[in-house]
Amino acid sequence: MVQTEGIRYWRDMRARYNLIGRRCGKCSRVYFPARSICLDCHRHSIGKMDPYKLQGRGTVSTFTIVHDGDPRFGVQVPYILALIQMEEGPRMTAQLVDIDPPQVTIGMRVHTVFRKIGTVHTEGVIHYGYKFAPDSMPHLRA
Amino acid sequence: MISNTGVGIVSYGAYIPRYRIAASEIAKVWGAEGEGMGGGLGVHAKSVPGPDEDVITISVEAGRYAMARVPWVDPQRIGAVYVGSESHPYAVKPSATILAECVAACPDLTAADFEFACKAGTAAIQTCMGLVGSGMIDFGLAVGADTSQGAPGDALEYSASAGGAAFLIGRDRVIATIDETYSFTTDTPDFWRREGAEYPTHAGRFSGQPSYFRHVTECANRLFKDRGTKASDYTYAVFHQPNGKFPTRAAQTLGFTKEQIKVGLLAPRIGNTYSGAVPVGLSAILDVAKPGDRIFAIAYGSGAGSDGFDITVTDEIASYDRAAAPTVDQLLAHTQDLTYATYAKFRGKVRFQG
Repeated sequence: MVQTEGIRYWRDMRARYNLIGRRCGKCSRVYFPARSICLDCHRHSIGKMDPYKLQGRGTVSTFTIVHDGDPRFGVQVPYILALIQMEEGPRMTAQLVDIDPPQVTIGMRVHTVFRKIGTVHTEGVIHYGYKFAPDSMPHLRA
Repeated sequence: MISNTGVGIVSYGAYIPRYRIAASEIAKVWGAEGEGMGGGLGVHAKSVPGPDEDVITISVEAGRYAMARVPWVDPQRIGAVYVGSESHPYAVKPSATILAECVAACPDLTAADFEFACKAGTAAIQTCMGLVGSGMIDFGLAVGADTSQGAPGDALEYSASAGGAAFLIGRDRVIATIDETYSFTTDTPDFWRREGAEYPTHAGRFSGQPSYFRHVTECANRLFKDRGTKASDYTYAVFHQPNGKFPTRAAQTLGFTKEQIKVGLLAPRIGNTYSGAVPVGLSAILDVAKPGDRIFAIAYGSGAGSDGFDITVTDEIASYDRAAAPTVDQLLAHTQDLTYATYAKFRGKVRFQG
């Protein structure tokens, strides 16, 4: 059986697994996901957007608790979707795990964890990537 | 199989999911006597993977913890990545390639998944030892991890749990040398799962004496003989732990004290992590080990075989950056208890139709 739904993720997988974004060589602004042109420096950044690995640390800018979400996340309902302010500058949207919804607060420190994101159906490719967990859980030293 | 080539453990990292279910909670559902089931098996609670965790996520966390403790190792020098498990997420598609990508070791390396019931992780360590010892590679990353399942109501359901550990095997700056490894292997069908079967089948009480105990003690005694050692020569010992009872009895038969096995005996708190069992127990020992300590480790995999290791901790452990990643104790300190209903939902024992 041919199934191509996983193919469009191939190019992004390395970046998603290891948080590889880009940094503008002119103004040092960091982007995740990667961009080929800096939003501030425009054409001056062409050819200067270098790969840049984020350390995976940040704080919760805001969050929402999803009670009626994508059916693929049904087992996890209610789950937390958060906007994370990364230390290097970018903001990332991701699921917050290893914490109960009432315990989440804006400003709380979080770190990335490697988790299963989902699969289109039971026989499909499994997608893996980052989620965030509170720093009260064991994690790599900064 | 005498090693004696200076090959050893350069780094290690363990990962255990935070969810737990108590033996009494499982017993309540099946009308069994809770304290009796937990006490008889010596398993009071077991770890349960979250709905978004599997052998690959556990391997990646453990592998990253191991690499974080040795920032001087360029991951591009890793020449082999092996993941041993009986619960690989894919039937066809390696777990090891995802781990290799996640520790930035790709693409100049060999990778494969191993399978040998509960000793696939130690088999991966032995393979890395061979490749490093022969000079074919600088470093090899070997993982033992599982998210095992027991059929609802089966005795296995009280113990089959989740966890794993990664070991970076090499020759440079080893924190512990592996002075010898020996394996004892026979065709003993005490536990199996056929292709397509959801849960494993086991030979009940025959998984004890002719299986676990025979292979573990034969392997241990041969290792003693080869090394000219006895139980009292070792600071710590760790055995495969399908429950709390088997390793305690095997240790006693071989002459080890409760004190020697205490640190590496995690089954009473997290159950049987299968391929992760000896690797996680060994990690707990390395978390506290001092230079000169000797460690005796015997894994067991149904089917059946035992891998034994005679390990000596080196002076290098004094400058090794253990604090860069969580210790087993720290992982065990952060838990959340599940009800049977939530556990059944997380483990797919009840199917979500949403």
